[in-house]
Amino acid sequence: MSKHLKSNVIPPSRQRETPRTGLTWIGQSMKRVEDPRILSGKGGYIDDVSVPGMAHAAMVSSPHAHARIIRIDTTKAKAVPGVIGVYTGEDMATVVEPCPSFASPPITQHAMSVGKVRHVGEVVAAVVAEDRYIAEDAADLIEVDWEVLPANVDLETSATATGDALLHPDDRDSNVALDESFSFGDVDQHFEQADHIIKRQLRWHRSSAQAIETCGVVAQFDPFKGGYTIHSNSNFYNFIPFVIGGALRVSPGELRIIPVLTGGSFGSKVFNHKIIILTAGLARLAGVPVKYIEDRLEHFTNSDSHGSDRLYDTELAVTEDGTFKSLRFTVMDDYGAYLQFGVGTHGNAMAQVTGPYRIESFGMRVLAVLTNKTQQGPYRGFGSEVTNWVMERMADAAAAELGRDPVELRLQNMIQPDQFPYMIPTGNIYDSGDFQKVLAEAQAMFDFDAWRDRAAALRAEGRCVGIGLATCMERSVYGPTEWWSLNNRETPGFTLTSTPEGITVRLDPSGKMFVTLNSPMVGNSPETVVAQILAERLTIAPEDIVFNYSDSQSGFNGVGPQGSRFTAMIAGACVSASIKLEEKLKRFGAHMLQRRPEDVELRDGKVAVKGLKDQEKAFGEIALTSSFFRLSFPDGEEFDSGIETTAVYDHPLSTDPAEDRSHLGIFYPIVGHICHIVAVEVDPGTGKVDILDYAAVHDNGTMVNPRTLAGQVWGGTANGIGTTLSEQFLYDADGQFTNPNFAEFAMPTANEMPRNFKLGHVETPSPFTEYGIKGGGEGGRLGAPSALTSAIEDALSDRGVKITSLPVTPPILRGLIRDAEQATTG
Amino acid sequence: MTKRSIELTVNGRLRKATVPPRMLLSDFIRQELSLPGTHVGCEHGVCGSCNVVVNGQAVRSCLMFAVQAEGAEITTVEGLAQGDALHPIQQAFWEEHGLQCGFCTPGMLATAQELLAQNPDPSDDEIREAISGNLCRCTGYEFIISAIRSAAAKLREANTETTLQPV
Repeated sequence: MSKHLKSNVIPPSRQRETPRTGLTWIGQSMKRVEDPRILSGKGGYIDDVSVPGMAHAAMVSSPHAHARIIRIDTTKAKAVPGVIGVYTGEDMATVVEPCPSFASPPITQHAMSVGKVRHVGEVVAAVVAEDRYIAEDAADLIEVDWEVLPANVDLETSATATGDALLHPDDRDSNVALDESFSFGDVDQHFEQADHIIKRQLRWHRSSAQAIETCGVVAQFDPFKGGYTIHSNSNFYNFIPFVIGGALRVSPGELRIIPVLTGGSFGSKVFNHKIIILTAGLARLAGVPVKYIEDRLEHFTNSDSHGSDRLYDTELAVTEDGTFKSLRFTVMDDYGAYLQFGVGTHGNAMAQVTGPYRIESFGMRVLAVLTNKTQQGPYRGFGSEVTNWVMERMADAAAAELGRDPVELRLQNMIQPDQFPYMIPTGNIYDSGDFQKVLAEAQAMFDFDAWRDRAAALRAEGRCVGIGLATCMERSVYGPTEWWSLNNRETPGFTLTSTPEGITVRLDPSGKMFVTLNSPMVGNSPETVVAQILAERLTIAPEDIVFNYSDSQSGFNGVGPQGSRFTAMIAGACVSASIKLEEKLKRFGAHMLQRRPEDVELRDGKVAVKGLKDQEKAFGEIALTSSFFRLSFPDGEEFDSGIETTAVYDHPLSTDPAEDRSHLGIFYPIVGHICHIVAVEVDPGTGKVDILDYAAVHDNGTMVNPRTLAGQVWGGTANGIGTTLSEQFLYDADGQFTNPNFAEFAMPTANEMPRNFKLGHVETPSPFTEYGIKGGGEGGRLGAPSALTSAIEDALSDRGVKITSLPVTPPILRGLIRDAEQATTG
Repeated sequence: MTKRSIELTVNGRLRKATVPPRMLLSDFIRQELSLPGTHVGCEHGVCGSCNVVVNGQAVRSCLMFAVQAEGAEITTVEGLAQGDALHPIQQAFWEEHGLQCGFCTPGMLATAQELLAQNPDPSDDEIREAISGNLCRCTGYEFIISAIRSAAAKLREANTETTLQPV
């Protein structure tokens, strides 16, 4: 281990339930508990919420990328019958403070613009009216005079902009919001000693989740209590009161945030703080409950959930025999107009930046550049999908320059199965894995050697057919140091270190088990997962469990589905709750059976005397007796009525970053591994890519529900296909976002998906989580872009086309082919 | 704005209402009829989440005005299950994990109804083609295709045993 990592000591495992075979419920592809109500149209999404007296809001959005607001005339809008109120940013500023920011120092962002707009779509005024139709009519009548300012569209140009082109001249005299450098290990030495230095400039353009449901809020203000009741489709409702209370000028306890079933997130609804502040402010100003649901245009242009948009200058130090020694890069990231999460997406990428390879050191300079675009937010991968692609591009580049087989070169550099837990140069660890096995299974499933021969034969016939292979990491179960560890050491900001997940379980006198969750359902399967784990641990039937979701006032700790954390974290909470419940059940049940607690065990939903068949009490009978017949039990608070417990699970394995940032600590250690292999054919005349064959093998540790995990992998792969081949954010020179709609932002349909998709799993259990579960919510998107890019480059290898930028839409790819043709013909 | 009276049948029930001519059918179904199972994803006719079955055809309810549905027979997702018995297509989506967040699902179910009424034994490519006008961001479509294939088999079996027809 490199000496810079010596102080980063791996804590002991807190695993209580070991991975094992012979489990009853864990590992079953059980049908989802959530589905019947959703399938019958009774799910209850945000736009289904209605409260008495509710009014509707419509927004006036900026048509300019960068402009000063000179005057807003709301006279005509206010005169429209049915309008309750019309409000500008100045009005809003009388009731709310600027939005919270994880950037340090923060960049000021108002939920409704004050004085100036910094991207197309930024809200400058709002109408609250009796219905949305009237609100939109009135919004059309609001007149705004603008002084248009220079728009920053290009990443590199914006970094050197001055004067009127500065986005936040009051806060800072540059559009570069952060510029930090890091060196983890002996980077300089490794590069000095390298036999080969592989260099590539790589560009990953912005993408976004675009869940089919947009973000929305229903907010009410109670002037007597001085607090808000808010329905929101945020992922994170038990945490955000502490983030937004200040902006709403209330204590977190005065915010009651009620979750709803959420129509897809993929990261895009993690916080939703701006839309909550905006709608809550309107409710307070208008004096009525207000509903605001983004339309698709607003979601595209103002929802603050665009993905990473990065330019990498990357170098890989390699020895003569092909050993990868060190990786370093300078990365500039186009964050858009604000910096809500700081450079958390780069912090995330530090979890697995060196991929599955034994790379001894890593260095980075990261520049967060502000431009006149919608600001970035989370999207499935949260920055690690980009570094996966960078690492795999570099591995392919090294193979090409050294004349090596890309698969053999990967195998030569891979971490070996006996090297876990393995600490990478940044200080994060990989808890476990068998990357070679995943690769071998994927190759077998794909029939790799045969496909390679076939592709070569087809290329010899003049067809552009190629094979791409990617071996990538899928970090899961995040610790929150990723949000701030790359901030300036003098001003690290809000240095939180907790990501707990809680659960409340109550055994009802009827025999049902009532479970309260503290994180919402966003398309994952929280109820199914908990049903399977509680059924396993407490020997009950999943159908005897009834689910509820707390609100932020009745709930306990919950961080929600993000960073592929929920299944592993809630499993920990379920085990903690089960241990407590088991103790109570045994105490009450043993008393009823006139035995000692140590003489009984849990068996098929009963407390039963060990070794005796008919000596048992059903949980329901115990719950009923303990709830209604107190005098049947001895005195003492251990026999207080009822059987209920609240339990919480803290992050299983994390350490602090080093003070001097010589390492970043352990923060994302439960790692999965993925291998994607794809065959494509490119039509050189149009640049269209057809996927001919696809195999994906994922290792997400112990699988709770193989079918729902498969759904995550397929869905993530579809996202990755869109990111790679079709989805593009088009901006013109004035910063107009020219395709913010589903007709022109081309997300994959069923027709774009591979026909013969083969999916396999390897199970390398984590030694640190309960039952060895790892997260698996992002892997598809973490692997697909790398494999597809590699395949396209292979398909066009005879034509000398190199893929260094995503996406490669048909026009872009046709352009690359044409350029290569012209270069050859001179 | 002058309102217009309309009469139509929704999920087998005659509904009469007075609506502004510009009211979208999707808003009418969701707000006036209080049937929130029909979802609005894009409001420009691309995503298909708002698909409902109108006179046997799956249509975008965000691209129709309520007044255009005068006299129509409409089935929304709320009209599929009978009591606590899911419709065979819903049952197949459940068994095959054809949904994750469920937001696109009502539209998918509407499209599947139309497909299976016209083609009781579709190939996978025909299923793909039929649902290519419905966007799903969660599933990657694979399990939706399995679900529709399975639903087709369920419906064929039901049709040979009883007189049950696809809606």
